[in-house]
Amino acid sequence: MARELKYNQAISEAHVQSMDRDPSVFLMGVGIADPSGLFGTTLEARKKFGLKRVFDTPMSENTLTGVGVGAAMCGMRPVLIHARNDFLLLTADQIINHAAKWSYMAGGKLKVPFLIRAIIGRGWGQAAQHSQSLQSLFAHIPGLQVIMPVTPHDAKGMILQAMQSNMTTVCIEHRWLYEKTGPVPEEHYTVPFGKGRIVKEGKDVTIVAISHMVLEAMTAVDELSKAGINAELIDLRSIRPLDESMILSSLKKTGRLMIVDTGWKTCGISAEIAALAAEKGLRDLKEPVVRLTIPEVPTPCSPALEALYYPTPKDIASAAEALVKGKAAVHAEAAKPAATEAGKPAREKEFTGPF
Amino acid sequence: MLSHDTAKNLYTAMLRCRLFEEKVAELYPQKEMKCPTHLSTGQEAAASGVCAALRKDDMVFSTHRCHSHIVAKGGDFKALMAELYGKATGCSKGKGGSMHFVEPEIGMMGSSAIVGGTVPLAVGSALASVLQSKDKVSVAFFGDGGLEQGTFHESMSFASLKKLPILFIAENNDMATCTHLDVRQPYHELYRHAEGYDMPGVRTDGTKVETVYAAAAKAVERARKGQGPSFIEVVCYRWKEHVGPNTDYHLGHRTKEELEMWMAKDPIKLFGELADKEKLLSVKEQDQIRSTIEKQIEEAVAFAKSSPFPEPAAMFEDM
Repeated sequence: MARELKYNQAISEAHVQSMDRDPSVFLMGVGIADPSGLFGTTLEARKKFGLKRVFDTPMSENTLTGVGVGAAMCGMRPVLIHARNDFLLLTADQIINHAAKWSYMAGGKLKVPFLIRAIIGRGWGQAAQHSQSLQSLFAHIPGLQVIMPVTPHDAKGMILQAMQSNMTTVCIEHRWLYEKTGPVPEEHYTVPFGKGRIVKEGKDVTIVAISHMVLEAMTAVDELSKAGINAELIDLRSIRPLDESMILSSLKKTGRLMIVDTGWKTCGISAEIAALAAEKGLRDLKEPVVRLTIPEVPTPCSPALEALYYPTPKDIASAAEALVKGKAAVHAEAAKPAATEAGKPAREKEFTGPF
Repeated sequence: MLSHDTAKNLYTAMLRCRLFEEKVAELYPQKEMKCPTHLSTGQEAAASGVCAALRKDDMVFSTHRCHSHIVAKGGDFKALMAELYGKATGCSKGKGGSMHFVEPEIGMMGSSAIVGGTVPLAVGSALASVLQSKDKVSVAFFGDGGLEQGTFHESMSFASLKKLPILFIAENNDMATCTHLDVRQPYHELYRHAEGYDMPGVRTDGTKVETVYAAAAKAVERARKGQGPSFIEVVCYRWKEHVGPNTDYHLGHRTKEELEMWMAKDPIKLFGELADKEKLLSVKEQDQIRSTIEKQIEEAVAFAKSSPFPEPAAMFEDM
């Protein structure tokens, strides 16, 4: 029986192993060396390597991002960690104007091997500035790698991959994945970027899910099986680079494509995947592409509204069923938020906040 | 008192900066350099005084107005000129242009067109030096506009907190594009910021390169000993327009008389006279230096013009 770890333990192990192997790795961020250790992901590293290599920073996110860029081009491998991905917006100048462009502007003479981790919040009324899902914004930028590991296995392997890459990587983790367990090899290994993961093979419809929505879609896929629908589920894992071939070959097999994202629809990664299907897989599409995302409003605080905000396994299953039955358009019209069942999502009974 | 070698270095560096940019200004109207060029003519003492106090492996970060910083650090005229012409032989293979000069081989780690953008990068390189147990010093060059960015204040605070080996060099030319300092900041004495961040801050005269050098040498020694960062303000004047090869007093935001007053205090002329008078560097030696540089620049122009443009495939390289 393979060893099981929680998602946060897998991240912690990735940090410890990379710091063991490479003295140029160091971790920094607001509050990361405090007693909670960024939800437990930095505690072991701090204990083992001390405060010189795992340290708290001032609330100067943009400058600390630049510090990471400068240190990276001088032979270090910094890791900068944010408790919420909303804080990345403070650092957009250093990520987009500097980290992503320095190698190109320097004719390849300087590299920026830099990992930035940031967490998506959800639930317990985190509201508009603590629960955004900003992967698409950063995935727009050439020069960045954007990853969203879902399993503990991939969290460890993709972070270790980032630590071997010569580019800047933005790793966006969902808070609700942190307590999930899964098999994680003890040895050092990497999971390549730009490769999705087939969670379940199927032939009737392709569901491409992102981050926490993979777990919701797994429940949905089980429900669909009971209704006689054999869905194929892809965990995208890597937002940029995108695994075009996995999506297109799955579409070729099923003829139907649905995307479920933790972010918004407009100009989001679901739009990119739909465009991919239109450009390179149009003749394989038997039905229009279906996208399930959060609604086009900031996240509300009230539990009554929050419960309506996120796609549920039931939403995913019913949309997929309608798509397979050729009734997607009718279904989308009927599935207004008010029609969604209120209450806690099925899989997340344990999260009671506060952060 | 300066040594002969230091005087020669200072004079040579300033003249290299001046003659390089004068050549750029002369050739720019030919419209073969297809990139925005921000000349630092008149401000050479800042780059030259600071870089003369550095080792080759010390690391320098610059701004959109970066020519003098890289030239004073020892930049290769051919690679720089070719970069302005967008050629494959340029310092960043034609991908950066005038605002992004870079030459890691001599410790020039790059230049950003975002005001205040490289100040944190220099702090990061200083942090790397400490983490690697090296004694390299980092330098952040920026203008008075750079002080208005959050990155400046955050960087000063963090560098002081961690006692990092870095020099913050503020070239105060009183001008952000065409906007005077007094409509942008509460006071003119920029060095006063240093006290709030618990580090030494001095103001130097950008027409007297020896004062910049003296302040930089002291700050470098302090940094190298692990005693932390320093802030140096260099009061200077931009002879040319914000971007381009011409003057800009005709716009009315400053006067021809003011420009002429500053040109009369040309830092290269003043230092040449001082060096001759103090018998540090004779006029004859100064003339020899000039003719050597002029020859190098002519060769650089010929090299740049005859170099090939990047191949189309280069578009997707160097990511």
